[in-house]
Amino acid sequence: MDNEYILEMRNITKEFPGVKALDNVNFKVKKGEIHCLVGENGAGKSTLMKVLSGVWKYGTYTGDIVYEGEVQQFNHIADSEAKGIAIIYQELALFPELPIYENIYFGHEIMNGKTIDWNETIIQSREMLKKVRLDVDPSLPVKRLNTGNQQLVEIAKALSKNCKLIIFDEPTSSLNEDDSQNLLDIMRELRDSGITCIMISHKLREVTAIADTITVLRDGTTICSLDAETDDISEANIIKHMVGRSMDNVYPKRPEHEFGDVAFEIKNLTVEDPKTGREILHDVNLKVRKGEIVGLQGLMGAGRTECALSVFGNPYGYNIKSGSVVIDGKETFFKSPSDAIKNGLAYVTEDRKGNGLILIQDIRYNTTLANLKALSEGLVIDENKEVVVANKFKDDINIKAPSIAQKVGNLSGGNQQKVQIAKWLFVEPKVLILDEPTRGIDVGAKFEIYSLMNKMVEDGMSIIMISSELPEVLGMSDRLYVMSEGYITGELNIEDATEEKVMAMAIKGN
Amino acid sequence: MENTKKSIGQELAQLLKDNIKSYMMYIALVVIMLVFQIWSGGMFFKASNISNLFNQAAYVAILAIGMTLILILKHIDLSVGYVAGFGGAIAAILMASYGVNQWLAILIVLAVGFLIGLYQGTLVMRVGVPAFVTTLAGMFIFRGLLSLSLAKSGTIVISQPGFLALCNGFIPDIVKNSEFHVLTMIIGVIAVIGVVFSQLKKRRSRQKYNFEVVSGPIFVGGLVLVSAVILLVFYILAEYKGLPWSSVIVGVILAIYTFMLSKTKLGRYIYGIGGNDQAAELSGVDVKKVTQFAFISMSTLAALAGIMYTSRLSSATPTAGVAFELDAIASSYIGGTAVSGGVGKVTNAIIGTFVIMSLTNGMNLMSVDISYQYIVKGIIFIIAVAFDVRTRSK
Repeated sequence: MDNEYILEMRNITKEFPGVKALDNVNFKVKKGEIHCLVGENGAGKSTLMKVLSGVWKYGTYTGDIVYEGEVQQFNHIADSEAKGIAIIYQELALFPELPIYENIYFGHEIMNGKTIDWNETIIQSREMLKKVRLDVDPSLPVKRLNTGNQQLVEIAKALSKNCKLIIFDEPTSSLNEDDSQNLLDIMRELRDSGITCIMISHKLREVTAIADTITVLRDGTTICSLDAETDDISEANIIKHMVGRSMDNVYPKRPEHEFGDVAFEIKNLTVEDPKTGREILHDVNLKVRKGEIVGLQGLMGAGRTECALSVFGNPYGYNIKSGSVVIDGKETFFKSPSDAIKNGLAYVTEDRKGNGLILIQDIRYNTTLANLKALSEGLVIDENKEVVVANKFKDDINIKAPSIAQKVGNLSGGNQQKVQIAKWLFVEPKVLILDEPTRGIDVGAKFEIYSLMNKMVEDGMSIIMISSELPEVLGMSDRLYVMSEGYITGELNIEDATEEKVMAMAIKGN
Repeated sequence: MENTKKSIGQELAQLLKDNIKSYMMYIALVVIMLVFQIWSGGMFFKASNISNLFNQAAYVAILAIGMTLILILKHIDLSVGYVAGFGGAIAAILMASYGVNQWLAILIVLAVGFLIGLYQGTLVMRVGVPAFVTTLAGMFIFRGLLSLSLAKSGTIVISQPGFLALCNGFIPDIVKNSEFHVLTMIIGVIAVIGVVFSQLKKRRSRQKYNFEVVSGPIFVGGLVLVSAVILLVFYILAEYKGLPWSSVIVGVILAIYTFMLSKTKLGRYIYGIGGNDQAAELSGVDVKKVTQFAFISMSTLAALAGIMYTSRLSSATPTAGVAFELDAIASSYIGGTAVSGGVGKVTNAIIGTFVIMSLTNGMNLMSVDISYQYIVKGIIFIIAVAFDVRTRSK
């Protein structure tokens, strides 16, 4: 039978330890269409594309990938590439120092016998660049191009491999308005020349403008597939499908309590990324009162983590163009994390393995690292006192491990997160920033962490909770801010906040 | 957690299996020593040779202590050999040409080492030049300065008795004219008592906090073994001329660094930065300052090693310092410092030093050509690192 679908993913299920990332997902893409895949962070979009491209190889998931009428068994990215599937990631995979033409043909060089035919490579590159409407000399090093044009080089690279299906993962997330428009135009041209495009995007405005079909994923399942011709593809309808879920009672209630004065405030924070020269935060203002949990919602790349790091002593050296913080009524700006810690600010990172914990050390070591001063008499650390402290935290917040001598690297995600929290509780901060506190941990541990947060604010601490998970933000916050593309796009009291309202703010470009 | 019933044999086997990495260097050391003992027809364990070995090993041990910190932090210092050579030359010139008091000369050399460390640490941490490049350049610079400073005079012979005693002399005895060195033996006994007490204390506190401990018989057996080895070494030394001053110096430095690494904030921070520098930074650790400290400590110790080496040879020569960095780095890796950083102990680095220096000493004893010596050391070094990498990655 003549198949109108180039790709059918049937009943795909992919499990990670403790989590079902994809649960019986069905995903059908017609030949020569632009198909948009939308969903919240963690809905399973990226996992699905990794299954498709062979990053998760055949056998690590269940279900079938039918591509061009045949069941495929991809064991490696190279396998899917050979069949004409290309992925263009958010993080570009180019060699900045090499010229454009070398980048385009890297990995499938044009050969003349045993050597590379550079002349032919350059000629062919010009053709490819023409297709993506990039009018530059192919011998320029890629680093001389801006991000938008670098992305076009990636597309040219995909085209040079004669691919039939290109997957764009958040292609416009780091592009400005003009470059985004240009990219969308090019996608339309690709479609008209017969190439199928799948686009993962959070920007619903772009999605509704370009899509022929929209598939919505939520919590690892396919919610619906909307046809642009026949179905309602208004942003409101898409958002409804993205968030529409029942609110279970997973958030422990905290007793009503009065908030105190403003404990911490960020004023007029404008920050530039020195690597790209792009402004990543624009005039951010935010405050949190004593005993309050303030949510900071936004999609990935909205600038929330950058905001937290900038005020937490700016360890990664962003260019702070303006801004200050007020803590305890004192206006200042922290020069280093230790400066911030001394003044009562703590930050639990989103990436506990990357920059949160020292995995080769044990629970005791990690618990006390940020406040050894409290355990030291003169130069010497009082190890007995340290053991007592570490054991107390282990019991109080229920870190499940045989003893505090257990290496943190061997703990589960939830317990690692608890160790991180223990570390910062031991510092006794006035203000705690929690960055994605429940990412990648199971429901039980989530509940425990929520309960802990409630206890902290009851004891008078203030919490800023950064989270991409809407239900979590709505379930835990007293008040919330929404960020998008480096701007605070909204502030809501919890009584006024609905998932739809927040999502609309989170995807509001500038 | 002594509830599981295991025979001592089973527990011993399990212990060996779990800790094969940390035991490996002891096994290597014993094997190397025995091979040379047999090969040399009993010369290796002679009191004079053991005493000699201690003096020979002193400068490498000092370098290995400093290098262990640098390696834990995932950096490297290739310049230590010529910093040592240059330091020795400065000491000799100060004493011979300018008549500077020997102790003042030593202080000045240590200050020079401090400044070199300040310079290299600043390049690495504040300017951002990788340590490999910074110290490779340092290797050239200090090699040049060494030959420049001795260009006119050539080798300078040292005659100051105090300076010479550093790496040739022995501690005085409390009993005059005794064949046997009584004070050395007393120190040996005190060392054993110290070890027994500290181990008992550690075991008791581990039991108190419900950490895993080895069973009683194995604990006692281990203590007896360690005590016997310590007493034997001190006995051999006492039979000869007693404890060398060089060992006293190494012992004091070792004690200071062991204390620093295990009991102070600075030590914690060094392991933390080596384990995950970003996490350490976000926990409020001043990564730059701590790393700067390690480089200063390294170069200062290198200057001291230069003094020890110069004392040992009784002269400063333009060839001093060749390949010291290799011996130091090899000592530290053989002693179990992780190639990936974050793990390492200075006491074990000293064991590593003894592995390397026993090889050197034994091969010298057997008049093995220096070319072969380099090859053998290189092979042992690479085996040690390969073993570490394999066992660590499980």
